[in-house]
Amino acid sequence: MTGAGPALSAAAGVVYALILSPIVVVLLLAFSADNFILFPPSGYSLRWFIQLAANGPLLNALLLSAQIAVAVTALSLLIGVPAALALAKGGFRGAEAMKSFFLAPLLLPTLIIGLALLLAFTPLRLTATLPGLALGHMTITLPFVIRMMTTAFAAMPDDIEAAAATLGASPRRVIRRVTLPLAAPGLIACAALSFLLSFDETVISLFLSGPRAATLPVEMVRYVEGRTDPLIAALSMVLIVGTLVIVVLVERLVGVARAFGNERS
Amino acid sequence: MTRQPRLAWLLAPATLFLVLVYVWPTLGLFRIAFNEVGPTGAMIEAWSLATWRHVFADSFTFELTLNSIWLSLTSTFLALLLSYPVSLFLFRTESRFRSLLAVIAIMPMLVSSVVRVFGWLAILGDRGLINSLLQSLGVISAPVRMVYNWTGVTIGLAESIMPYMILALLAGFGRLDRTLEEAARSLGAPPWRTFLRVTLPLSLPAIALAFGLGFILSMSAYITPKLLGGGRVFVLATEIFEQATTNTNWPVAAVLAVYTLALLLGLLALSNLFSRRLQT
Repeated sequence: MTGAGPALSAAAGVVYALILSPIVVVLLLAFSADNFILFPPSGYSLRWFIQLAANGPLLNALLLSAQIAVAVTALSLLIGVPAALALAKGGFRGAEAMKSFFLAPLLLPTLIIGLALLLAFTPLRLTATLPGLALGHMTITLPFVIRMMTTAFAAMPDDIEAAAATLGASPRRVIRRVTLPLAAPGLIACAALSFLLSFDETVISLFLSGPRAATLPVEMVRYVEGRTDPLIAALSMVLIVGTLVIVVLVERLVGVARAFGNERS
Repeated sequence: MTRQPRLAWLLAPATLFLVLVYVWPTLGLFRIAFNEVGPTGAMIEAWSLATWRHVFADSFTFELTLNSIWLSLTSTFLALLLSYPVSLFLFRTESRFRSLLAVIAIMPMLVSSVVRVFGWLAILGDRGLINSLLQSLGVISAPVRMVYNWTGVTIGLAESIMPYMILALLAGFGRLDRTLEEAARSLGAPPWRTFLRVTLPLSLPAIALAFGLGFILSMSAYITPKLLGGGRVFVLATEIFEQATTNTNWPVAAVLAVYTLALLLGLLALSNLFSRRLQT
């Protein structure tokens, strides 16, 4: 049997419409002229974008989320990339066990991680602070960075590094001048993913946020709990466009598949 | 490249981080489950089962467990019904746009859960898409309530786990041998019969794995039950959050968290066992 057949294609089409409907509805609602969630809107305007530009708490939260995401990405790469390099190139005993250890946080629901961090951070006065939130997000981003970069390093051909070593380059020099430049596409894709994961993280942030410091998803949850007007739709539109820009940029810059050496397999 | 055992020390910073910010807090969570709550509500350091007895003597815990399991079963079943045709379509299609279609199918993963919940409020709400449509067609006179109750949460949760289930099903379909379908067809079986007697039985292991994954994700979901439930839907996840933040009753939150984790581990073992049975 070849192809998908008309019945299956039609069924898949219906489900696609269902999957995309909440996103399409949010994008349309962003231009609503109404005071509350009415769909389809009775009129269209840019008023909710203007309101958004004047909403202090949401803009402050946006700034905090961006700062956290930058810090999280930098730190995750700083400690994750060396670990991935060691796992991919080290070849020591116990490397497999270490790989599983580094993936462990992804097995635990964020609800449990968030609670554990709340209990651990409160005595240290780390809750509702930028460092506390950043450390919390890193429990998610670091396993991703290590996992992705281990794959990227392992997929790299060994012969160029071997040639550099034969020509007298020290191991440290080989890593700096050969291995890392070759891994640049993977590093860029990893940084983008890490930024997005931190920026979107909601459950851990809900546990670790307080009245003083709340990330954007936390402010959004609070807003939706209290009121139902299209302001959040306008903000969602901005976020979706931002995410798309990052994804397309990375794809154009490096190609997501190429970044992890798939084209060689 | 020659193997370099000396590189092992490069693991140190990441290991130190995970021990301090993941292992230690998780152990702390287990430890706090054995503390007690004093009469003033303050936490008392102890090694006792008092909090466990208190939590499990409360019939509300039983109700929460049933709610969580029922919600996860219904939303995972709904998500499976919807994910299966999409996965089979992606597996079989020879379209040039196959990889683009696959990305679109898992796109909700890239969109914040709060945004998607907001979309469902606009679709299912009293003045949302479905109610407006049905009222303008004259099918109903008053809006049907579909948000801030179990209906909305089930739909929203099903949608949020679908990308993961589609990926799991696709991975499982890799084992599907198409020549068997071709044989059935060439022997004269109509398509529906080929599907029921060949395709479906062969994809049962994939279904079991996807179902297990979807169930575990639904059991630990917080945002969707909280926002689409509007404070009227009570599950283990919402109760853990309430106890930890609003009530600051840490021992009770910790006991409920350990209990939920145990339930998840049990279900994971069950789903693995089931999937392996089906493969042999």
